[in-house]
Amino acid sequence: MVAEIGQFSLILALIAALLQGTLPLYGAHRHNMQLMNFGGNASLVQFLFLTVAFIALTIGYVTSDFSILNVASNSHSLKPMLYKISGVWGNHEGSLLLWVWILALFGFAVAAFGKNLPGSLKARVIAVQGLIGVGFLLFVIFTSNPFERIDPAPFDGRGLNPLLQDPGLAFHPPFLYLGYVGLSVTFSFAIAALIEGKVDPAWARWVRPWTLAAWGFLTLGIALGSWWAYYELGWGGWWFWDPVENASFMPWLAATALLHSAIVVEKRDTLKNWTILLAIVSFSLSLLGTFLVRSGVLNSVHAFASDPTRGVFILIFLVAVVGGSLLLYALRAPKMKGGGLFAPISREGALVLNNLLLSTATATVLLGTLYPLFLDAFTGAKVSVGPPFFNSTFLPLAIPLVIAIGVGPLLPWKRADLRGVLSRLKLAVLSIFVILGLTWWLADGGPFLSLVGMAIFAWLLVGALVEWAERIKLFRTGFGNSWRRMVNLPRSAHGMTIAHVGVALVVLGITAAETWQSERLEVMKPGESADVGGYTYLFKGAEQIKGPNYDSLQGTFVVSKDGREVVTLYPEQRVYANPPMETTEAAIYPMLSADLYAVIGEQDGKGGYATRIYHKPLISWIWIGSIVMFIGGLFSLSDRRFRIGAARRKQVPSGSAA
Amino acid sequence: MTRKKRRLYTLLAGMGVLGVAAALVLYSFEDSLVFFHSPSDLAEKPVPAGRSFRLGGLVEEGSVEKDGVIIRFRVTDLAESVPVTYRGLVPDLFREGQGVVAEGKLDENGLFVASNVLAKHDENYMPPEVAESLRDAGHWQPEGSN
Repeated sequence: MVAEIGQFSLILALIAALLQGTLPLYGAHRHNMQLMNFGGNASLVQFLFLTVAFIALTIGYVTSDFSILNVASNSHSLKPMLYKISGVWGNHEGSLLLWVWILALFGFAVAAFGKNLPGSLKARVIAVQGLIGVGFLLFVIFTSNPFERIDPAPFDGRGLNPLLQDPGLAFHPPFLYLGYVGLSVTFSFAIAALIEGKVDPAWARWVRPWTLAAWGFLTLGIALGSWWAYYELGWGGWWFWDPVENASFMPWLAATALLHSAIVVEKRDTLKNWTILLAIVSFSLSLLGTFLVRSGVLNSVHAFASDPTRGVFILIFLVAVVGGSLLLYALRAPKMKGGGLFAPISREGALVLNNLLLSTATATVLLGTLYPLFLDAFTGAKVSVGPPFFNSTFLPLAIPLVIAIGVGPLLPWKRADLRGVLSRLKLAVLSIFVILGLTWWLADGGPFLSLVGMAIFAWLLVGALVEWAERIKLFRTGFGNSWRRMVNLPRSAHGMTIAHVGVALVVLGITAAETWQSERLEVMKPGESADVGGYTYLFKGAEQIKGPNYDSLQGTFVVSKDGREVVTLYPEQRVYANPPMETTEAAIYPMLSADLYAVIGEQDGKGGYATRIYHKPLISWIWIGSIVMFIGGLFSLSDRRFRIGAARRKQVPSGSAA
Repeated sequence: MTRKKRRLYTLLAGMGVLGVAAALVLYSFEDSLVFFHSPSDLAEKPVPAGRSFRLGGLVEEGSVEKDGVIIRFRVTDLAESVPVTYRGLVPDLFREGQGVVAEGKLDENGLFVASNVLAKHDENYMPPEVAESLRDAGHWQPEGSN
């Protein structure tokens, strides 16, 4: 019964999406207010039906209704409740349902929050959103129906892949999708602007909150995914340049570029065509990401069993969306004239540099990700492009970008005096020398890259804080005055400082974790101990324990430093029954200074166990920094300029709207 | 600064960055492309010792030997097989008869010294290259193996 309700809701949602995607477009063309307003209602209806469908599938999972094929192949009656619920989106069909549900939610949000949008623009945005929904709903209904029945119903389900039974991964897909799909709104705004033939600062101000939200969620989603890989896969790595990781990283890079170029459109009314193109590219990369992950064309450590026939549909959809929007861009963009002029050394210039580097970096990641596909298609040779490629192409582009972050915000608009700006950064330059000295002394030199990384960290951190301190005239005027200036500073200014500090912290974490980690791999017998990174790991032994739906071999390590006990780690090697599978549960003790990381492997038959111990200095800062970046995004998002009055279009005499 | 001049500068900067990127890509493609070979490929066209590549196939039944943290096994496509040695913990899904991809180099004696061993997250999942090389060797049953 529940499945049928879900199925009908999906079909009704498709009908609503079809109407939402066509009538308002026609209405905006004919200046018919009724048809234009229809879009908002249709988006509500589509959203409600998809909510019903989503709830129906969730009920199927919670009540373990194994007559639904999707539930039977991905759930199990013994699974803990959290994973029954996260199991809803832990599989292909369910995750797509989540995707369209979020898409409909955002479409409705545009209708609900877009009260001050001009009628025709709003109608067109909602319509484009509806059209994307049509594409995805067709895909769900015809190739990936989550409500398909199975007869006879099995006695119990096949269970969820145990690697996915994890709190980190329970929330990773929803955040990532909020980001991916959030970019659909910017895309819809871009397409609507192309149809209208008009981009102005007000447009940029409407688009920015959506870009910010999408970017923030992507940041959080990627960070969660990397954190999951770090503690769940038991390899101690946090980023593998794996195709699936790249698939989420490329939209993030493009969205970061978009975030910055939209500022130029908003403040200076220029770089319009470029911003529109970025909006199209960002969403296209989100679609490509879905395609790469879901079609199984790429060989990846994260590729879960997937079906290539679905890939054909997504590919057609991708070609239609990307091809269609680029065609529209080619037809319409040349008509939009750029605004204010600027010198190469200026805030605009810095943002152009940011965009150049970010988009080039995106292109190299794209090339490295897709190259194996092309080579296979044209020559049949199987290759993989590994971390060395990305490290040697991405890093040289990322380093100047990160260095520029320190200078950019201090440059005034239009024209700037670089020497003057650099002289204001004396403190940042000084901090570089301090940190280099400190690093040299503490880490005994170490690899050259670690010095580069630490210098960039200091430069960025102090540079961002100097800019912030200057804006509130810290120490230059009374403290009360500074406080008042700080309170009055727009939230987006705080947001920028916070986000840039977040980048600095991520740089710190990456540098330290990549260059100073130590690792020890050996067979240990109970009672033996190992010294790693200044800590002593005493192996007490291992025993069999029983979990709710698995059996586990649990090792005990007492970790101490200078004779004082720090923590006891319990790494596990689990064997799940449904589906039959083993997983490594690394035991990690995260500290601000370092992570202590222990893994237990198999018995060697002579009373010893294979063990692996890592010491990862400062690695937590990668994720702390990501969260700080997200908080920076939230601060910007809460800026009242995006909500109140200001986002109103300047009246332009009719006829000059080109 | 005129509009034309600005456009020229932006264009030059863009070309500059792209040029650098292209140089980086070409330079690093040289030695960071890792080819995939099956045991049959190796029998047909040997790869010189010391060159990195990925070796894929099934872990041969009864071939796994463990000695502390060193593991030795044979990768087979059911036609040919190659001995592999690896120092480290093998992934959770590594077991006899299952698909595996090993990254590493051959030594002078034809022993494949793996620097990394990958097995997949999913017990039904077969790395596409492995599936294809098994199909080429005539041993692949597409469905119903689970």
